[in-house]
This record gives sequence, C-alpha cells and structure tokens, in this order.
Amino acid sequence: MGPTRGISIVLIAPALAMALALFVYPLGYSLIGAFQDRGGAWTLANFVRAWELYRLDTLYTVVIVGVSTLLIAVFSIAIGGYLTLGSSPLARKLLDWIYRWPLFVPFIVAALCMRTFLGRNGMMNNSFVFLGLMDQESAQSFLDWRGIVVTFVWKQTPFVTLMVAGAMLGLDRSTIDAARNLGASRLRVLLEIVVPQIRRTLAVGLILSFVTMMSVLSVPIMLSGQSPSMLTVNMAWRINSIGDYGTANALGFVSYLLTGLAAWFYLREAVRDKAAQGAPR
Amino acid sequence: MKWILRAAVLASIVFFVLGPLANLAIWSVAEQWFWPHRLPSQWGFRFWEVVFRPTGRAMEALWLSIWIALLTTAVCLAVSIPAGYALARGRLPWRPVVMLVFLLPQAFPNLPVYINIARIFFEFDLNGTVAGVVMVHAVHGLVFSVWIATAAFAAVDPELEQAARNMGASGPRTFFEVTLPLALPGIVASAIFVFLESLDEFTGSYFVGAPEIRTLPLLLYSAGAGGNIQIAAISALILLVPSILFMLLVERFLKGEVLAKMGR
Repeated sequence: MGPTRGISIVLIAPALAMALALFVYPLGYSLIGAFQDRGGAWTLANFVRAWELYRLDTLYTVVIVGVSTLLIAVFSIAIGGYLTLGSSPLARKLLDWIYRWPLFVPFIVAALCMRTFLGRNGMMNNSFVFLGLMDQESAQSFLDWRGIVVTFVWKQTPFVTLMVAGAMLGLDRSTIDAARNLGASRLRVLLEIVVPQIRRTLAVGLILSFVTMMSVLSVPIMLSGQSPSMLTVNMAWRINSIGDYGTANALGFVSYLLTGLAAWFYLREAVRDKAAQGAPR
Repeated sequence: MKWILRAAVLASIVFFVLGPLANLAIWSVAEQWFWPHRLPSQWGFRFWEVVFRPTGRAMEALWLSIWIALLTTAVCLAVSIPAGYALARGRLPWRPVVMLVFLLPQAFPNLPVYINIARIFFEFDLNGTVAGVVMVHAVHGLVFSVWIATAAFAAVDPELEQAARNMGASGPRTFFEVTLPLALPGIVASAIFVFLESLDEFTGSYFVGAPEIRTLPLLLYSAGAGGNIQIAAISALILLVPSILFMLLVERFLKGEVLAKMGR
C-alpha cells in the first residue's frame, strides 16, 4: 500500500525544495555571514564588535527571556494544576474559559495593547488608583524590560498551559486519588505527583516559547525603543540603518547559541529520563 | 473566607487577561482621551470612518493582507498535501531527517534568517513584492501544514484504502475519493492556521516587504509608532476578528491532548 519510493520522493520534492531554499540556505548564509567581513574574507571582527557594542543587550535579552520562561512555567503549572485538581467546578470552568484568550492574539496586537495598558497613565495604574490600591504619585510606567516580560508571559502562557493542562488531564487519576486519600495536600500532589509526569510536555512548550520570544521583533520595538534593547531590535537596527550584515549575523549566531543551549538542557534531561527508564520508548 | 480568596484570584486573572484587550477596544472609540481622565472624555466612531474610508490606507492594507494570506495558504497546501501523504504512507529514505527539516523553522529564531532571505531576495528583485512576502510566509507556514497533513493522513485507516483498491479503484482514485476526504478536516485546520499566521506575520514582512508592501500588521506598527493610537487600535481589532473566530471554531478540536502529542 501507499506510493512507491520513487513516487514518494517526487511527492515530497516541492515542499522539501521550498524548505531548503527558503530556510536552510538562508540559515547557512547567516551562519557563514557571521564569520565574514564585507569583502567575504574570514574574520572574527563581527563578534568583537558585537561583544563591544551589545554585551549588555545580550544579557538584557537573556534576563527578559529567562524570567519570562520561568513565569510562564509557574503560571501554566498553576493554571493546569487548578484545572486538574481544583475543588470548585465553577471556578475551573471559568478559568478554562478565560486563560485561552491571548492564545491567538498576534504579538504585534499584544504589544499595542500593553503599550497603552502598562503606561504611567495606562489602564492598569488607573484601575489600581481607582480601587485605592495605589496613589497617583507612585504610579510608574512599566514600558521597559518589565513590560516586555509581561507581554511575553501574557501571550505565551496560554500556549504552554494548553499543552500542560492537556497532558495533566490525560494522566492516570488513580495515583492522584490515592495520594489525596492518604491526606496529601493538593499543592503537594501537584508538585510531587502531577508535575514530574508532565515534565517533558512542559519542557517542549517552554522551549518552543523560548525560541519564539527570541525572534519576536514587534514587542521590544513597540514597548521599549531605548537602550539597552533586545537582540532582535539590535539586528533590525544594524540592517536597516547601516546595512551591517556582519554584526547582525554575529548577533543572530548568538541568538542561535542561546536557543541551542536551552534545547541542549532539554535533550540532556530527556536522555537521562530514557536512561532511567532502562529502555528507549 | 476561602471563597473570597478564590473570587479575588479569579477576578485578577480576568483583569490581567482581558484588561489589555478591553483597553484596546476603548482606545478604538476614544476621540479624546487625555490624562487625568480615567476614561475617554469624548467617545465616537470618527476614527472608524477614517479607517473604513474606501480609499483609506487601512482598507488597502487589509485587502492586501488577505490576498497574501490566501496565496500563502494555497502555496502551502499545494506542496504539503503531497508531502504529507508521502511522509505518512510512502517509503521515504531518510524520513526522520526530512521531518526534521520541516521542523527547523520552529527550532531556530526566525529573525536572523529573515534578514538573510531579504539579502538573497535582493539579487532576485523579490524584496517589496507580493511574491517575496508570500514565500517568506509560506516557509513559516510549512511547519504547520506539513506536520498536520502528515498526522491527518496517518490517521486515515489503511484498511479503508485497501478495501477501495480491492474493489478495483485505481491508486489516484483511492486517494481522491477515500484518503483525501477522510484527511480533510485536519488539512482544513492546517489551512486556517497557515492563513492566520500569514495574516498576523510581522517580522518577515518587515524585512522583505517594507516599505512597498504594506500589510495590516505593518500599518498597525507605523500607526502606533507615529502616535495614531486610535488607528492602530482599530487595525488591531480588525486583525483580532479572524483570530477569535478561529479560536471559537477550533475549540472543539484544538484539544490540549492533541497539542501535548506534538514534540513527542
């Protein structure tokens, strides 16, 4: 059954050609370009310049994306956990309905929402003042790295939660019920029984989010234009303002390295899991 | 006491999830909104008229975005239906490597790649053209369309195909009358996904399309950067309509269980 080997190759050729020409080739181009000067000679000057000009921005990017990833993990476990273990059916239903809203909101729209929501006189501060939680004098603008973190967390938490909650609901209930019957608190059941079993789903979701956040330009460019800025903004600036592909590619290389590092942590854990299980699944 | 705590936590979740969206909606009908007013001092649809004026740039951008998204979807389906079928049913050498190639655009930060696509496109005069933007959107959409199509074809029971063949149907006829219709729901879902991704795409359009190709996200960005918050807010709301429709539509079959299987 099914197409023969020859026909299969013909069928896949157009899609494969497209991926190779429009992704793999430019990806290779960017990797090589990071090590070449304008004339095409091999050099490390791009990395020297990137280090001199953008080491603070690199750190800034790592902190923003790292803090966001951590918060996304916490919130998705909390929401998924409540959906799985929560005691009030009404609250579960409401939470299930509410948490997905930002899922399909484009990043550029999220950025615009937050720009007016988090400003010094934005809706968030205004509401806090109105509710008496804060006085007007202490209102401050969150349109800096904190605003970027809030936007990333707002946008990506539903995505990871959807995966995590799905995996949690698919778990065998008997261990959970047994632990509950033995008197374990919900929090303890969540952290010691549920989370360890969905660790890999969580890790995949977080890595996909990490990569996404590393390549979003619209959020940092709209929320915080000033220095220090995220690497994506720096790359865009090197290209659009001075046509400096060398340094932009060196920064691109750094962002590949950072995502590679995240993926490596995951793979190491996955390999360990397999080794612990004794047999590959 | 516990009840109050629960209500407070839920209320703050509602505030932080929906607040930014509500804020956007208010801005779209705010004709005047200056501090210290907590709400607009003058409400109205004046800016909606500006946006929906048939000659306005926003409508032009909307139609262009839809046109690009349709072309992108067509390109993706045209290559990913055969590819998905081959990956699900065919005998392919190096199958895991091929699957990995289609996963790459999701595994690397896209922006540095887009920069270099723009550099390559420069030699072919593709920057600032619809074709160039469609290609960039399509390669991004390929990840979803190929993987979902593969899963959709793999889910079709091979015995049904075998039955059709046994009754004398030819290979192509079996494909078009048995396999494809059964895989169609998944393929339609992937098409909608590709369409939306293209409609919302910013970074690739920014490097390859701008300034000649002005899609709605690019217009939203320049309106926002230029301080025309109302125009930007209305463009954003227009972009949200298909996204929210999609969310309500797919809620039935976009179950977490399905997503959780990805990446295993």
